[in-house]
Amino acid sequence: MEALLAITIGILVACAVYLMLARSVLRFIFGLILISNAANLIIFASGRLTNGAPPLIPEGADAPVGLVANALPQALVLTAIVIGFGLFAFALILMFRTYTTLGTLNSDDMRVAEPREGQN
Amino acid sequence: MAQSKSNGIAGWLPIFVAAGLFVWFCQFIAPVSEGQVLRVAWDWVPSLGIALSFVIDGLSLTFALLISGIGTLVLLYSNTYLAGHPQYARFALFLTSFMLAMLGLVLADNLIALFVFWELTTITSYLLIGFGHETEKGRRSALQALFVTGAGALALLAGLIMLGITMGTFELSEILQRGDELKAHALYLPILILILCGTFTKSAQFPFHFWLPNAMAAPTPVSAFLHSATMVKAGVYLMARLHPGMAGTDVWFWTLSIAGAFTAVFASILALRQTDLKQALAYTTLMALGVLTLFLGQGSEYGMTAFVTFLIVHSLYKASLFLVVGCIDHSTGSREAGVLGGLGRAMPMTAFAAALAAISMAGLPPFLGFIGKELKYAGVLEVAGEPFVFTAALVAANALMFAVAAVVAFKPFWRPAGGALPRQPHEAPWQMWIGPVILAVLGLVFGVMPGLLQTTLVNPTVDTFLGDAGKAKELKLWAGVNLPLILSGLTIVLGLILYLVHGALRNALARIMDAGPNFDRGWDRFLKGLKGFAAWQTRTIQTGVLRWYIFATFLTVLIALGGTMIAKNAAPQTITFGDLSWKNVALMLLIVSGALLTAITRSRITAMAALGVVGIGVAMVFIVYGAPDVAITQLLVETLVVVLVAVALLRLPYLDPTGIKDVRPFDAVLALFVGLVTTLILLAVLETPLDRRLTDYFETASWPEAFGRNIVNVILVDFRALDTFGEIAVVVIAALSAYALLRTTAPKGDGK
Amino acid sequence: MNSIILRAGTRYLSGLLLLFSLYMLLRGHNEPGGGFIGGLIGSTGFVLYAIACGTADARKALRVQPNNIAMAGLGIALLAGIFAALFGDALFTGQWLFIGGDKDEKGLPLSTVLVFDIGVYMVVFGSIIALVFAMEEEI
Repeated sequence: MEALLAITIGILVACAVYLMLARSVLRFIFGLILISNAANLIIFASGRLTNGAPPLIPEGADAPVGLVANALPQALVLTAIVIGFGLFAFALILMFRTYTTLGTLNSDDMRVAEPREGQN
Repeated sequence: MAQSKSNGIAGWLPIFVAAGLFVWFCQFIAPVSEGQVLRVAWDWVPSLGIALSFVIDGLSLTFALLISGIGTLVLLYSNTYLAGHPQYARFALFLTSFMLAMLGLVLADNLIALFVFWELTTITSYLLIGFGHETEKGRRSALQALFVTGAGALALLAGLIMLGITMGTFELSEILQRGDELKAHALYLPILILILCGTFTKSAQFPFHFWLPNAMAAPTPVSAFLHSATMVKAGVYLMARLHPGMAGTDVWFWTLSIAGAFTAVFASILALRQTDLKQALAYTTLMALGVLTLFLGQGSEYGMTAFVTFLIVHSLYKASLFLVVGCIDHSTGSREAGVLGGLGRAMPMTAFAAALAAISMAGLPPFLGFIGKELKYAGVLEVAGEPFVFTAALVAANALMFAVAAVVAFKPFWRPAGGALPRQPHEAPWQMWIGPVILAVLGLVFGVMPGLLQTTLVNPTVDTFLGDAGKAKELKLWAGVNLPLILSGLTIVLGLILYLVHGALRNALARIMDAGPNFDRGWDRFLKGLKGFAAWQTRTIQTGVLRWYIFATFLTVLIALGGTMIAKNAAPQTITFGDLSWKNVALMLLIVSGALLTAITRSRITAMAALGVVGIGVAMVFIVYGAPDVAITQLLVETLVVVLVAVALLRLPYLDPTGIKDVRPFDAVLALFVGLVTTLILLAVLETPLDRRLTDYFETASWPEAFGRNIVNVILVDFRALDTFGEIAVVVIAALSAYALLRTTAPKGDGK
Repeated sequence: MNSIILRAGTRYLSGLLLLFSLYMLLRGHNEPGGGFIGGLIGSTGFVLYAIACGTADARKALRVQPNNIAMAGLGIALLAGIFAALFGDALFTGQWLFIGGDKDEKGLPLSTVLVFDIGVYMVVFGSIIALVFAMEEEI
């Protein structure tokens, strides 16, 4: 199953990279969402997939009973999701502000910092 | 004239500092002449074996005395020369800093400390040459000196670090004791080449000689101090310092001898061609540096004695002559050899100093310069290979120097003037003539009583080189009729002839020089080319197109990761799919189709929905594989993403507002490869055994120690609480900056 | 969005969501849940409220500036971490107090870990609401 997930992640990354290379910044944001999903899945898969029980300790026991999922990557992924959301929100609002200021979403036309030759 | 104005404390304090240092160094003469070597050290960066250690032996003491002694006189001189200058405090600060840096350089016993002081002299020299930064020429000269010596210093740094690592220590004294080991080492040649790059640039050896005459843009006291007596000798000093450990090989001998001899002759010819007195002196300095380098090439007893004697002689008379030229300039407003004349009556003290210094420079008895010249000939006759060539070179250089000495110090004072002077000449104030007079008189005193110098400085320095003070040759005026004396006579005759025909010779030289290659103009072309190249590569690499930057980033990632995988042969060996239940396959298909749809759709709403599908698919993966906390978080975040995008889309345009389809085959190829490499890496990772140590610890410690049954949450808020704190801080920062971005009132474009 | 049914329903729904988020926060140490999840659920409640009734009403209902909630949460989390240092432990070491506990029954546990989780909750809650409100008002 891990192999199939790895291939899925590869496709996710490919789609994300393709989107991030687009002229439209909106597509870039879509790519950003996809690639952060892919990254989370990579962390999760690196800790191995365990079919079944979540990492909880039942009442009366001192340690998990039976086979449970790897807790460490879960903790990492959980914060990564929230941080990824923060990054996404900031990028979205930056893009939004760019659009209201420059009037375009085409990154080729955003040349304030590095104007074309002879245009400054 | 601004004589009445005073520079106040900025004028006097540096003089006392320098004089105090000179007196302080004088107390070491007695112990050092008895053969002692004094050493102090403090730890600086102990982890890297770098110490702030200083050593006082014959060589460093000679240099320290020259630096602080001439420094005192130069500072005294500058205080009057630049009296009332609005930025004199700056000047005095630079000059004093330079002097301290130079002292540190010659006293340092640690390679890194030495390099730091070396660079400090480069920087202060840059500031001093650029003291007249209002002029284009001043700025250009300063930058040129900085670039040339700075580039050499980079090579030097590499060489010193290699040297330190090769020998296992950065302490010079230790390295020099193991010279044979160093010379036999495989890295000896690269180390030598790198270090010589540094010393040759610093000491303006051919072909790096062109910056030194330009550096004369600095005020005259600076030229006298930095560019004749001290800084340019830093390169010579370092070669001398390393001599016991590195000399004696064929490479060392031929490189130094040939570069030194060539520079000496080449520079003396150029010196004769100059009409500006200061420029002429600058080129004779080059000649002196060439001669010093030539002698460092070998290790004979005469050679080493000649080296140290000539080092002292040259510093005395050259600093004196520079200061004399400064007096002339200050008093008449001109430095042109063709114009100046008849100053002897108006400026008697200056003329006196000039005469004494020039006789020493010309090498006439009974001056120290004569002894130096005799020793030079004796030394060069002992050169191991091709003594004839080097002797001829030395005779030519000395004869030319004789002529230049006459041009600089005889003609302006005792021959009739060649034209109207800008100002009526008058004697310089005593603070200005006292320095040159002292230095010039010292040349005479040491000439008549060479014993003074012999035991105090010459013997200990030769001791540094050869390890035995007894090997120093005796300094004496009359050594009987021998080959050096005959060569001296030949030099004087040649020099006289050269002086008499120097006018015609100068014109001829000027014509030849103009036809030949010009290093200074070559430098300009080099700089222009460099700037053009920088502009070209900036235009090419920094296109200002965001897509290209992202493309380059992903390409780098691809090459770095894929290349490493191929190079390390880390590709996954087998791919096993294991249990492929239809649920899992369907889930993967859901994610894949969502991602593909996002990538190809032209509709914003479709893209959003497809992204939602991917997000929910990912959440389901978390649910299936036992991660309820993560799944809940993923679902909630997915909801919020949709809300935010939906709100933003109300104001944003369509994906392809121009109507052109967004198809990019190149991007697709790159994207496919990045995806492929990601999959391969993940597969390779999954083939390695899982390290469960941390997980096992968390599982067993979660309840007994942290009283929590939800291990994921216990990790977040207890085991890794500091990390979590950092993460929530990031969330707050992201929210606040986004908030600030929205609330700033930006000029509205046509995006409404 | 001007729908009476939505608005009327939202009043109860968002209250319910807020209550549920607190429940998720408090049970988080032993069952799935915790500060991150609780904060996210709580913020969705308010986001729903803002969509249904407008941000002005939502702000009024919240009473406190969402930015301030986020900052206060960060401060609380930091204090919970520093608290450990007062007892000579390393920063962010959990400190526990069991009220009415004996050998077998641990009683009512109070801990800096819970305080820290409350901080996390407030950060996530405040940050997201601040973002969404600002975005809504800008449009």
